[in-house]
This record gives sequence, structure tokens and C-alpha cells, in this order.
Amino acid sequence: MTSITDPQQGSFRLSMLINDTRYRSYTFQAIAFVVLALCIGFVVNNLFTNLAAQGLDISFDFLGVPAGYDINQRLIEYTSQSTNLRATMVGILNTLLVAVLACATATVFGVLAGVLRLSNNWLVSKLMAFYVEIFRNIPVLIWILIIYGIMTISLPGARPYLGENPDREMLFGMFAFTNRGVNAPAPVFDPLGWVVLAIFVLSVVGMFLYRRYAKQLLYKTGRLLPMGWPSVLIVFVPAILAFFVLGQPITLDIPDTMANRFNIKGGFQIGAPLIAIWFALSIYTGAFIAENVRAGIQAVSKGQTEAAAALGIRPGRIMSLVVLPQALRVIIPPLISNYLNITKNSSLAILVGYADVTATLGGITLNQTGRAIECVLLLMLFYLVISLLISGLINIYNNAIKLKER
Amino acid sequence: MSDTHNRSVAFVRTTEAPSLPPPSNAAGPFKWLKDNLFATPANSLLTIIAILVIYAVVTGTFPWMFNGVWNSSSLAGCREVLDGTTGACFAVLVERWNQLLFGFQYPTELYWRPGLAFVLLFVAAAPVLFFDLPRKLLIFTAVYPFLAFWLIWGGSITAPLLAMAGVAAGYFFYQRFVASSFALGFFGAIVVALLVWKIGGAILPGSEIAEGAMRSVPSRDLGGFLLNMMFGVTCVSLSLPLGIALALGRQSSMPLIKFICVIFIEFIRGVPLITLLFVANVMLGYFFPPGSGVDLFLRVVIMITMFSAAYIAEVIRGGLAALPKGQYEAADSLGLDYAQAMRLIILPQALKISIPGIVNVAVGLFKDTTLVSVISMFDLIGMIRGPILASTEWSGVYWELFGFAAVLFFVVCYGISQYSQWLERRLATDHR
Repeated sequence: MTSITDPQQGSFRLSMLINDTRYRSYTFQAIAFVVLALCIGFVVNNLFTNLAAQGLDISFDFLGVPAGYDINQRLIEYTSQSTNLRATMVGILNTLLVAVLACATATVFGVLAGVLRLSNNWLVSKLMAFYVEIFRNIPVLIWILIIYGIMTISLPGARPYLGENPDREMLFGMFAFTNRGVNAPAPVFDPLGWVVLAIFVLSVVGMFLYRRYAKQLLYKTGRLLPMGWPSVLIVFVPAILAFFVLGQPITLDIPDTMANRFNIKGGFQIGAPLIAIWFALSIYTGAFIAENVRAGIQAVSKGQTEAAAALGIRPGRIMSLVVLPQALRVIIPPLISNYLNITKNSSLAILVGYADVTATLGGITLNQTGRAIECVLLLMLFYLVISLLISGLINIYNNAIKLKER
Repeated sequence: MSDTHNRSVAFVRTTEAPSLPPPSNAAGPFKWLKDNLFATPANSLLTIIAILVIYAVVTGTFPWMFNGVWNSSSLAGCREVLDGTTGACFAVLVERWNQLLFGFQYPTELYWRPGLAFVLLFVAAAPVLFFDLPRKLLIFTAVYPFLAFWLIWGGSITAPLLAMAGVAAGYFFYQRFVASSFALGFFGAIVVALLVWKIGGAILPGSEIAEGAMRSVPSRDLGGFLLNMMFGVTCVSLSLPLGIALALGRQSSMPLIKFICVIFIEFIRGVPLITLLFVANVMLGYFFPPGSGVDLFLRVVIMITMFSAAYIAEVIRGGLAALPKGQYEAADSLGLDYAQAMRLIILPQALKISIPGIVNVAVGLFKDTTLVSVISMFDLIGMIRGPILASTEWSGVYWELFGFAAVLFFVVCYGISQYSQWLERRLATDHR
């Protein structure tokens, strides 16, 4: 017979802190804590010694002081007399604007390239492989500069568009591409115009309600209502009717080339820096998304498609009901982390003079006030909050689509 | 048998008929074209669009590229030679070649030093990248960092020798004691190395040399593609051990260690590299003791290393998580302690799984080294945007320069990713 000998109880010796696995982890953690505390203490002590030596202090008062510089591209009211805080807000909104725009277009590019890369067409799939390799292997910074170069060097100034007999015609008579940016028509809403817009939004909601109702009816009774053309009808007919009944209350403010001799007036101007950073980020990240999409579609095993076909499901439905739901499970998490990358890479906008938060808070404000530590800390805090929000989103999504094992 | 045939039918073929060639649309190039380019109307449309795109790109760039001028002293000279025709002005690459590679402040007569260091990099990297080479070459790999430091920065040879002596002393201490206890060997080695450096630093004279072939070059004189390579190689090699430590820390059962690692990793991954470079540029100096004078190059190396370590840690964590639990349990059941189990069982397998991810991070990091141009360091992009485009001779030569930078980065990054795919095939030990 063997008997299990219990470890000796009681009598605690100092050597057990190292040798006994029950206590060893506490020893290590205590050591780690002390070392960490010493490091932080050392660094903070250095910081205050250095600051005191240069007669500086840490203070966030500069945020309330007038910024004293202008920002061209802005979404909210701002003058050079506004505070640094206001300038930061302008920057934050600009960052979010370019991030949202680039996420949308990058998804389009990526999905298109990823699907086409799997195409049976040899030439197209090779072309897409070429696109992906070229864009993935060259720094985004170079792409931003190249596209900014195309915008500002290759495009003409405003001059050729101006006057009675312009050298260049505007595209569709509405869009002017100059080295300062793109002039596009801007919609102008009369009070009644807002009604039309509201009707349009309501009809979109109505379309979704209709589709939900049709689906429920299908599951409950097996009766299949048509989905395609009624959806189109519901979305567009009421809005178009309202538009004409109310007397065309929405008009377009078309860029005016006759207004003066120096520049195009009116319309909606998108600056060259915004377009450069937007396009560069979307085409660069699109290459990464294309790879994700390809991997996602390839991850769905062929047996799934064949099984669905054996059940007699039509090819279009196989895609939407069998392949896509499974592929999306693989595609979406890396897609969202690519969105995060876009948001972080949008900080490179400082290179082309787009006033994002890095350029306002981390650039001009930092240089003018000399508050380096405060500005950089605030900047990091902003990006940290954004990325924590986005990774929270990934986690929620992952939990929602997790295979439910019963 | 043949008799019956002779009687029943008039003619019977007794030999096999030669097979006809397949119809022209079922084999050969036509079939290939039909299957791969014109299978359906939609497919044909795609093919035509693709051909149009290729045609537009080729006609747009080829005359410009092949009509390029390679010999001229300024953009005006290029325009004279071109005489109104389309053509690139590649002369800028010839004339500013050294500046693009080494920056504009590195002493001209010393270009051979970084050049030699660059060539030796391949010798040093070869035994790490290809296992078939003789293992003896690893000795050179171990010496290379010190040699490269000496070649690039110059100065007296005592400084790199001292650094090497410290590392060697630490290594021998580790070898001697690792069998009895990993912790003793590891931390003891660090202490020994620090002791050697401290004592040696006190005894030996300063290492500055003012003139001669090995004269000192300050960090601020480094530039060009050299700077990108240095940041890339240094930071990836430094961040690998740090990343492993962080990944193990994040997997640790000790809550405090895990907490520290999670905070570090998530913080670094949550902010863009450019803000970390701002930290290096304007903030990190405050964190060192007064008068320590840590230069910008070192500060940037610290921040980029931390940045890539966080990403590598996440990759390795994936590798650790992908290992079957049986491996951990098998190591435990053999009676190995934590350090042994990790060193001998877990990490070799986890790192192998992580190789593609690590290479991805390395490629991304190498591309991101161009960001240092934002904090006004003169790397390849900084050189182009700064001294070259601002010079009177070459202002306006935009596409040639950025095209060159793009090609350079493409070659390196594509090469690395091809290597990683080769390595993956090479290391695939599962039998499929």
C-alpha cells in the first residue's frame, strides 16, 4: 500500500516563499510590484526635476486660451479667436469625418477586390492580386504623398474653368476638379425640402418594416410576398411624389465659374488634403480588406455550397443564406480592426495639411503653446478612447455570432 | 470468330482508327481563352474592362519611364534633353543616390562604413533565416550588432568591445547556471553584464575619435534609407524578446503581472505610432535623469520597440492559445518547471505557429519607419520631402523620387513576405 504524505503543515519558513509553489507567485508579484513602483517613481521624479529645472509645470489652462490660427476644412463654427479646445473639437470631428468616409470606401474597394480575386477570370484575378500586393507592400505614407501629388500637381488650377469661354468644362456641368480640391453641387433645402427628406427617411424605415413583415409571413404561413420591386417602390415613390407635389423644394447650388476671375464660387468644396488622405487610406486599407474577404469566402467549405445545392436552393440564395453568413463570421472581426487601423492612420493627415486632431492639438496648438506633455497626453487619450470603443464593438459582435453550442 | 464477321457484314475494321485532334475550341489556347477570359458574357465584359485598365496604365507610364533621362545635373537640364517630349527625370536618382541612401549629413568619404554594415547584415541574417547553413555562422550573427554599431557610428573600438564583453560574460554565466535554475541564470546574467559595463565604463577612456577612417559620426547625421533599415532591423530584433515576455505575462496566472502586461499592450495598440513618435520627440526626454542626454535616435528606437513589442505579443499570444492543451499538460507531467516547459516545449511550437504573424508585424513596422519623417528626421521620405525637393535643382521632380521610394519599399517588403511563405512551407511538419 502506498500512502500519500501530506505536505508539512504549520511551520512557515522564509525559504518557502521561493520554493513552495503556493507562495511563490505572491513573492514574484510582490517583487514585480516593487520594481514597477520604483520605475514609475524614478520616471515621475525625473519628470518633475526636469520640469522644475526648465521652469515649466503641468497645466491644462491653455485649452481655454484663443488658438489664434485658422482652419480651412471644418464641420463646426470656428474662428482664429476660438479657444484651443474648440480647435481640438474641430480636429476631432475632422478625424472622425475622414475615418468614416475612408472606412466606407475601403470596404467597397476591399469587397470588390476580394471577390474579383476569386473570379474565374484569369486576367481579373491576376490584376486584383497585383493591386493587393502593390498596395500592401508600400507604406501608406508614400501613398498619401503620391495621391496628394496627383491632386495638387497633376490637376489644373481654378483658372481654366473660369470665364465665358473656359478651357475646361466641368464634369456634367457640375463637378470641377482643381488642385485646391473638388467643387461639387451642394443641395439647398427650403423648409419644405426638409419635409421631403423626412418622407424619404420614413419610407426607408417603411421598407424595412415591410420586409420584416414579409419574412414573418413566410415563416408563419409559407406564403412568399415579392420583396424586390415593392422595396424599391416604397423607398422612392413617396419621396419623388412629395418632391414634385411640394414644388421642387430642393435645389442644387452648382459651383459658379462666372462669379469672379480668381476662383470658383458656391457649391460644396472638398479640399485636396481631405481627398488625398481619404482616397489613400481607402485604397491602402482596401488591399488588406480584400485579403480578409478572400480568406473569409475561402473559409466556407465547399461541402456547404454543395449541400445547399443538393437541397435544391437557388444559387443566389445559397450565397445569401448559406455562404455569406458563415463567411461574415470570419470577415467581420478583422474588418473592424482594419477600421481601427484607418482611424489610427488618419493621424498621418498632418503630412498633407488636413486639420485632423493630430494636426490641430498635436501640431499647431502644441507648437504655439509649448504644452508638449499635455497635448500629447490628450491626443493619446482621444485615440485610446476611440480604439477601446471599437474593440468593445468587436467583442460584442464576436459574442453575438459565437457558435451557440448546446 | 472472324469468320462469323466475314459472313455477316461486308467490312470490319481490324485496326484501331487514329484519334482525331480535339476540336479547336476544346483544347489549346482557344479553350484556355474561352475558359479563363470569356466564359460568360459578364466575364468577357470584365476581361475587356481589365484590358482597358492595363492599356491605360501602360500607355500612361511606359513612355514616361522608358524615355527617362538618367544624366543631367538639374530638372532644367532634364527638360532640355527631353525637349518637350514626355519622360521621367531619373537623373535625380543618380545625382542624389548617396543622399537617398545615407542622408545628407553623413561624411561622404565614410559611405563605405554603412555600406559594409549593410552587406554584412545579409551575412549575419543568413544563418538565422536559412537553417541549412552551417551553425558556426551564428557566431558572426552574435558579433554583428556590435560590429555594425562600430561601423555606423565609428569611434574607438573599445566601446563595442566592452559591450560585447558584457554580453559574453552574461551569456557564460547563463550557460553555467541555467541548468540549476533558470531565474538564477537569467537574472544573474543581466547583473553580470551590467557589472562588466559599469566597471569597464569607469576604467576605459571616452570613445570619441575626431578624425581618421573610424571617426565618430553623431546620430543626428544619420539619414536616408539607412535610417529606415536601422530602425526596422533594430526595433524588430529588440521587440521580439520583449514581445515574448509580454505574451507570457499576459497568459500568466499571476493577476498583477497579467494586469501590467494587458495595460501596456492595450495602451500601445490603442494609439497611433505617430503619437508615440511625438512622445519620443517632445516628451520622453523629460523622463530620463537630468543631463543624461539620450539622443533622438535612441528615444525613437525605444518607442518603436515598445510599439512593435505590443503587436508581436498579441501575435505570440495567438500562437500560445493555438497550442493544444495537451502540450502544457505533457510538459507538467514530465515534471518540468515553468521556465523549462516554456523554453523546451511550449515556445518552440508557439513561435513556429506565430511566424507568419510576426513577419506581418515586421513588414508593417518596416513600412511604419517612414513615419519618423513626421518628427523631422531625415529618413528616405524625409530626405525626399526635405533637402531634395527643396533644392533649386530638383524642386518639382516628384514622381521619380516617390516612385523610387515605393519601389525600394516594395522590393524589401515583398521579399520578406515571400520568405515567410517559404518558411511556413518549410516548417510545416503536419502530414497532409
